[in-house]
Amino acid sequence: MSGFAFELVSPEKLVFSGEVQQVVVPGTEGDFAVLSDHAPIISALRPGFVTITTGKGDSQTLFVRGGFADVSAKGLTILAEIAVPASDLTDAIFDQEIALATADVSAAKSDETRQIADERLAQIEALRTDVRH
Amino acid sequence: MPSLKDLRNRIASVKATQKITKAMQMVAAAKLRRAQAAAEAARPYALRMNAVLANLAESVMGSPTAPRLLAGTGSDKVHLLIVCTAERGLCGAFNSSIARLARDKANSLLAEGKTVKIITVGKKGNDLLKRQFSSNIIEFVDLRSVRYIGFENADAVGRSVIARFEAGEFDVCTVFYSRFKSVIQQFPTALQIIPAQIPEKSAVVGSLAAYDFEPDEASILATLLPRNISMQIFAALLENAASEQGARMSAMDNATRNAGDMIKKQTMKYNRSRQAMITKELIEIISGAEAL
Repeated sequence: MSGFAFELVSPEKLVFSGEVQQVVVPGTEGDFAVLSDHAPIISALRPGFVTITTGKGDSQTLFVRGGFADVSAKGLTILAEIAVPASDLTDAIFDQEIALATADVSAAKSDETRQIADERLAQIEALRTDVRH
Repeated sequence: MPSLKDLRNRIASVKATQKITKAMQMVAAAKLRRAQAAAEAARPYALRMNAVLANLAESVMGSPTAPRLLAGTGSDKVHLLIVCTAERGLCGAFNSSIARLARDKANSLLAEGKTVKIITVGKKGNDLLKRQFSSNIIEFVDLRSVRYIGFENADAVGRSVIARFEAGEFDVCTVFYSRFKSVIQQFPTALQIIPAQIPEKSAVVGSLAAYDFEPDEASILATLLPRNISMQIFAALLENAASEQGARMSAMDNATRNAGDMIKKQTMKYNRSRQAMITKELIEIISGAEAL
C-alpha cells in the first residue's frame, strides 16, 4: 500500500511532517480514516485524538483541539490550534481546556454560539473520562 | 580646560557605558535567533490557512450570505488601527517608525472625516500615540509580563477585536507592525485584516468543485475566519519581536562603536594634556634654573 504526505501544523510549529499510511481524524461529524488517494475533503475538527500510522506499522496518537483537516491530491494537512502528543497529556492540560471551554460558554451571546461552546465542553469532558480509564 | 582627573573619570564612565551596550547587543543577538525561529515556525500554519481560505472564499464571495468578516460591513466609516510595538525602548527608530506610520494613517483618515479607534499592543506605541490620540485609544494590551509571545496572547487580542466587530464598533481593521527583512532592515507595515484580504488563488492548486465539506462551507468559514484574524495578529507580533531585536542589535552596535570612538578621542586628549603639563613643568624648572 502506498503512503501519502501528511502534515500536522499548529500556530507555533510544524508538529509532524512526513509520509504515512493512515491517519484517523476526529471530524465534527465523526472520526474518519484517511488513506492514500482519499477524495478531497475539508472538515472541521472536534477536540480529540489523531492517530497516525507510519510506514513501518508503528502508530502515534496526538491530542488536537480546534482546527481543520484538508485532504487534497497533495495529501492531508491538519491545522490545529493545539497539538499535544497523547503521552504528554496531563490533567493540567485538560483542566485548562475545560476552563477555556467553560469561559466560552459563559461568554457566548447568542443561543447558537452557546450551543457550539456547550458541545465542545461536553466533548472535552468526555475525552478526559476516556483517558482516565 | 578639564583637569586630568576629570578626563580619567569621563573615560571610565564611557567605558562602563560601552560595556552595557555591548552586553545588550549580545543579548539582542541571542533573542533575535529565538524570535526568528518562532516566526519561521509559525509560517507553515499561516501558509496552509491561506490556502484553505482562498479555496473557500471563492465559493462564497459575491453571494449575499458571505460572512461579514470576509465581505465587510459595506461601509468604511469607522477604522480600527491595531498598533503593535515593543515594550521597551533602546532599539533605534523601531517604535517611532511604526508609530509614525500609524499616526500618518490616522491623520489622513481623520482628514477624510472618518472615525478612528486605536488599540495599542506594547507600551512604547501607547506612549507615543497617547499624546495626540488619547481620546481615540480604546484599549491598551500590555505584554510586558510575557517573555515569549504565544498563540494565546494573539488569540486574546483577536477575540477582543472580533467581539468589537460583531458589536458593530468598527468597519475596517488594520494592523501596524514591522516586517522583518534582516538585522538592518525592518519595514513598518500596515496590513488590513478586516475585511479579510484573500490571497491569490493562483498559489493554490486543485479546484474547489472537487471538495467535500464537513459540516458545510459556511460553518467552516465561520470558524476559520476568526481564527485567521488571531493568526494574522500572531504573525504580526512574531515579526515584530524579531524586528525589535534586530533593530536593538544594530542600535546597540552603533552605540558600542560610538563609545569606542569617544574613548579614543578622550584618551588622546588626556595624553595630550598630560604631556603638555609635563612640558610646562619642565619649562618652569629650566627657566627657574637659568634665572639663577
